[in-house]
Amino acid sequence: MPFKPFFTALVKYVNSLSETVAISAQRMKPARFSYHAPRSVGEAVALLAEFAPHDGRVLAGGQSLVPTMAFRMAQPAHLIDINEIAELATLQVVNETLKIGACVRHNAFDSDDVPGVTGALLRNVVGNIAHYPIRTRGTFCGSVANADPASEWCCVMAALDGVAVLQSGRGTRRVAAAEFYRGIMTTSLEDDELLVCCELPMLAAGTRTGFIEFSRRKGDFAITMALVAYRIENGKIVEPRVAIGGAEAHARRMPSAEAVLANATPGNVSFVKAAEAAAAACDPIEDLNNTADYRRGLVRTLVERALEAAA
Amino acid sequence: MSERRDITLNINGTDYTATVEPRRTLVDVIRDDCGQTGTHIGCEHGVCGACTVLIDDEPMRSCLMFAVQADGRRIRTVEGLAEGEKLHPMQEAFMQHHALQCGFCTPGFLMLAIGVLEKKPNLSDEEIVDVLSSNLCRCTGYENIIKAVRAAAAVMRA
Amino acid sequence: MTAKPREWIGVSVTRVEDRPLVTGQGRFAGDVAFPHQLYMRIVRSPYAHGELKGVDTTAARAVKGVIAIWTAADIADLPPIDFREGPNEKLAPFRQPVLAKSVVRYAGEPVAAVFATDPYIAEDAADLVELDIEEIAAVVDATLPAADFAHGLTTEATICKQGYGDVAQAFKQAAHIIEMDLSVGRHSGVPLETRGAIGRYDAARDVLELHGAAKVPHKNRESLARMLNRSTGGVHLYEGHVGGGFGVRGEIYPEDILVLVAAMRLRRPVKWLEDRREHMIAANHSRQQHHHIRAAVDKDGCLLGIDDDFFHDQGAYIRTHGTRVADTACGILPGPYRLPHFRVAAHFRLTNKTPAATYRSPGRYETNFVRERLLDKVAKQLGLSRVEVRRRNLIAPAEMPYERPLVALGDEVVLDSGRYEELLDKALAGFQWDQLEANVKKRRAAGEIVGLGLAMYVEKSGLGPVDGARVNVHTSGEVEVITGGASVGQGFETVIAQVAAQTLGVDYRSVRVVHGRTDRIEYGIGAHATRATVMTANATMVAAEKVRAKALDMAAQLFQADAGDLTIVDGVVLRTDGSGATIDLGQLAHHLRPVSSTRGDREPGLASDGWFTTDHMTYPYGAQLALVKLDPGTGGVTIEKMLIAFDIGRAINPMLVRGQLVGGFAQGLGGALFEEFQYDERGQPLSVTLADYLVPTAHEMPSVDVMILEDAPSTCNPLGIKGAGEGGVAAVGAVIASAVDDALGGEGLITQIPIRPQMIKAILDKRKA
Repeated sequence: MPFKPFFTALVKYVNSLSETVAISAQRMKPARFSYHAPRSVGEAVALLAEFAPHDGRVLAGGQSLVPTMAFRMAQPAHLIDINEIAELATLQVVNETLKIGACVRHNAFDSDDVPGVTGALLRNVVGNIAHYPIRTRGTFCGSVANADPASEWCCVMAALDGVAVLQSGRGTRRVAAAEFYRGIMTTSLEDDELLVCCELPMLAAGTRTGFIEFSRRKGDFAITMALVAYRIENGKIVEPRVAIGGAEAHARRMPSAEAVLANATPGNVSFVKAAEAAAAACDPIEDLNNTADYRRGLVRTLVERALEAAA
Repeated sequence: MSERRDITLNINGTDYTATVEPRRTLVDVIRDDCGQTGTHIGCEHGVCGACTVLIDDEPMRSCLMFAVQADGRRIRTVEGLAEGEKLHPMQEAFMQHHALQCGFCTPGFLMLAIGVLEKKPNLSDEEIVDVLSSNLCRCTGYENIIKAVRAAAAVMRA
Repeated sequence: MTAKPREWIGVSVTRVEDRPLVTGQGRFAGDVAFPHQLYMRIVRSPYAHGELKGVDTTAARAVKGVIAIWTAADIADLPPIDFREGPNEKLAPFRQPVLAKSVVRYAGEPVAAVFATDPYIAEDAADLVELDIEEIAAVVDATLPAADFAHGLTTEATICKQGYGDVAQAFKQAAHIIEMDLSVGRHSGVPLETRGAIGRYDAARDVLELHGAAKVPHKNRESLARMLNRSTGGVHLYEGHVGGGFGVRGEIYPEDILVLVAAMRLRRPVKWLEDRREHMIAANHSRQQHHHIRAAVDKDGCLLGIDDDFFHDQGAYIRTHGTRVADTACGILPGPYRLPHFRVAAHFRLTNKTPAATYRSPGRYETNFVRERLLDKVAKQLGLSRVEVRRRNLIAPAEMPYERPLVALGDEVVLDSGRYEELLDKALAGFQWDQLEANVKKRRAAGEIVGLGLAMYVEKSGLGPVDGARVNVHTSGEVEVITGGASVGQGFETVIAQVAAQTLGVDYRSVRVVHGRTDRIEYGIGAHATRATVMTANATMVAAEKVRAKALDMAAQLFQADAGDLTIVDGVVLRTDGSGATIDLGQLAHHLRPVSSTRGDREPGLASDGWFTTDHMTYPYGAQLALVKLDPGTGGVTIEKMLIAFDIGRAINPMLVRGQLVGGFAQGLGGALFEEFQYDERGQPLSVTLADYLVPTAHEMPSVDVMILEDAPSTCNPLGIKGAGEGGVAAVGAVIASAVDDALGGEGLITQIPIRPQMIKAILDKRKA
């Protein structure tokens, strides 16, 4: 089924039978809901346990959920607004792990708050996320939970093997990015679970990173993006990471491309081979204006350019 | 489910109280309940930026928040930019550089540019274009908006 | 010291409109509110084509706060929406009903109207209205054989034909025949402010008011009065601020009728604000055409004839404009070139899409693309440069005025003045075309994919035949100009104030310009077809000249002087040598009050009407040049350099002219590379948000060099002006296509706009393989 870049939400909230009908149905004011604004994670999780079975949902930055509600494609009966939970607004490095609380806004990464290579990478990526006034409100964890195929943070999580920390009345579990994403805007997050935190590794000093995305218009969801990281030891590439986003149902690492790079000499030859491997291995989604072939071509181009940018 | 809440929005230094359903967007309440119609509605899905206001000094889309979420917050809108007859340098620059035609997108651009420049006064020309690509204008082709914001940035720095 | 009045015409003064707009004090449709107003919400068809079997409003009526819900049965007495220019029997069956009766013809067609005390409640109720529609196969391709429309009518509503000469003979004699199939996508104006309409019935005065009007308030008053069976004196339209017009705003749509009828029947003001998704499927679309065009040329590349058949995708109904866009396309297609023989036929096709009408530069954006693509191919085939082919065909100044036996906007085409080749030379020099050509060669050798594009075009403006204005000097000294013009953000008030100020001898900031009000002046042409400045400014000048003469005459009596020795500077009458007594215009207005003893037998009031009449439109013209670079890895296009050269005869305010041209360019760029209303095979609209319909942002906009020329003043009006409103947008599709095609090797591979990166990458990949 084709999907539309911004409103991939269509796919999630509207079943295929009535999809096209829903597109033209005209709604622009949200339906009624009950509003809850817990002050602690415990309270939030308790509310989720109570209301998730009754169509309750978490509201974080709201930059994707609110328009979806305006279109009445989402009509949750209860909204549990986590923005007032102070403990979720923390961004800290603990034991070489960056812990990103559920209420940390995108623009927190547009600063020197996060040190090291990981901080530099996130600073590089964040400017690609929508636009400034969206970044002041939208959250890192919200993007990860929403799991849009073209989410930059989802690509970062995949590339760096981030971990999603999920909490519910049933306890807390930690899910690696590779297991977290299930499909287009589909994750292993259960209805009663709150994504309280995302964890990213602090990359070793000397790690080189590159991120490139392509969209027709600045700030739009990318048609395809590529994120790479590697170190060089004795003139050879070590610990290569190559991830793509936007091209497939969800962001993921590309093992075949990484295999090409491991222990290879950095340079045009290995970069082109790795890019070709990524293009060959990917299973692109299609939409109205972007065929699978086109996306595959972009994967090749962007992986190569990300590798060059990192070099 | 027809619960309503009493909220207080501080807009440009004045407290406005309203009793609203949680589903009412912030921009609707600013305009309809508080009567501050300078903030415009262009798309209600967060793309055009006509509804951009400053919330605790950060530019945000007021169509992508519910009014209940802004309870007790400090909101600045285009109506609060001038001090009496004295216009904000950004308003002056928009007039001098012909940065508006129909003027519908103008309040959103003013709030966006002022909000960002108050935090980052030394933006490069390229960074200014990047910031301004947040909002849509259908009349000017942006050229004069960019010129005006560059000029105002210099005045704001002085 | 001699007294010297200030010059205002030709000066880039700041706008009188701006202060309320930068301080949040504007009054757009959404800002209009009346006590006890109701909110209307339209229930729209979710299907592109279907039989409407029933509408169940039971559940919706039960919602608290709902006052009424109407379907077609409730307004059975209302006729379909009429054509602005009056009845047309042949096209009448294709008009849009206010609410669908038994058939729905596009996704988004109004089927029912909900009236409630709150917009959220109105939407809740609209959600509960159940439509029983049996879907029918949709027509989404206007180029396929015509299908049934209704009662023996097909989807080919009409064929607009124009032409002259002997085209068959021209093709027989041709040394070369060049042929192309070319398509323009479906675009529209998409103003930042969506539409809005507030109906209010004032029973005390028996006046029905429509607020939120735009563009053509006076014409619309006539249409509305006719439809609602009221006298025009009992209908008034009020234009506030308008958040962009671009052709789509201010036409009469179903919602305008509904708020008026509801205001009368429900006896409460009724407010309707279009939301953005509605706008994308309810307001007029434009542009979509497919041309099969052939050119007959001689061995030197001179055009002998053009033969064009095109399919015009009108959408579901024929709205207020009738066939105007297709007609204009036919009449203006030859552009600035000599063309001995010409035949064009526009197949005016109905499809199950949002109805189409005008969008800034209608009929020209499309045909400029088509004609200029064709000329590029002529050049390629004959081995000539693209510049040379144009030189050989441009109409020369000595041939002006140039009559073509064609009609555009109901007006016989007479190109009034123009120095086309001179403009081309100036544009080439300003752009440094020759150096860039050499540079492009070098860059290509180094592996870059770069190209140059060129397009020439003739615009039209100043559609007459007549407009009036009234200039009135109050006893306070304030000058009021009452016009029937309209302001859609283009700077109308400033331009009219400049003309009045210079003519009268006052500061333009002391002039108050009234527009868009049917209760202030009986006649008005509004703002469309780039006519407001040409027509209304000239009428203003006539009125202001009369007021000036009257002021000087009165002052001459008071000063015991000869009126010829007096002048007006900054609103004060004094001798041209600067000596003696002075008197200001306010005092003179005082002397001219009806009860004044000094008035003599002069007409009371320091005021006058002025009328301006013209026989023909006036034709500004231009060239657009572009340098682009393509990214083979993504198919992305970067515009590295862009020039617009445009001759408008005389610029009243060069800053505003430049603003019009650059702003227009941005819209044209959208149509060239980004914007398109797309549909699926069931006629479902797929571009209903601003995230899917890609309006360019500041990031996509290149810097644009603008060359405003005044080499060929219009011979049609005393000010010598031609309009600037559409010159920026008109040739952008043409020039970008030309440049991208050149970068791809100049083979004529770019045959449609918008050009998507995917298309470019596919061509480059294929070439590499």
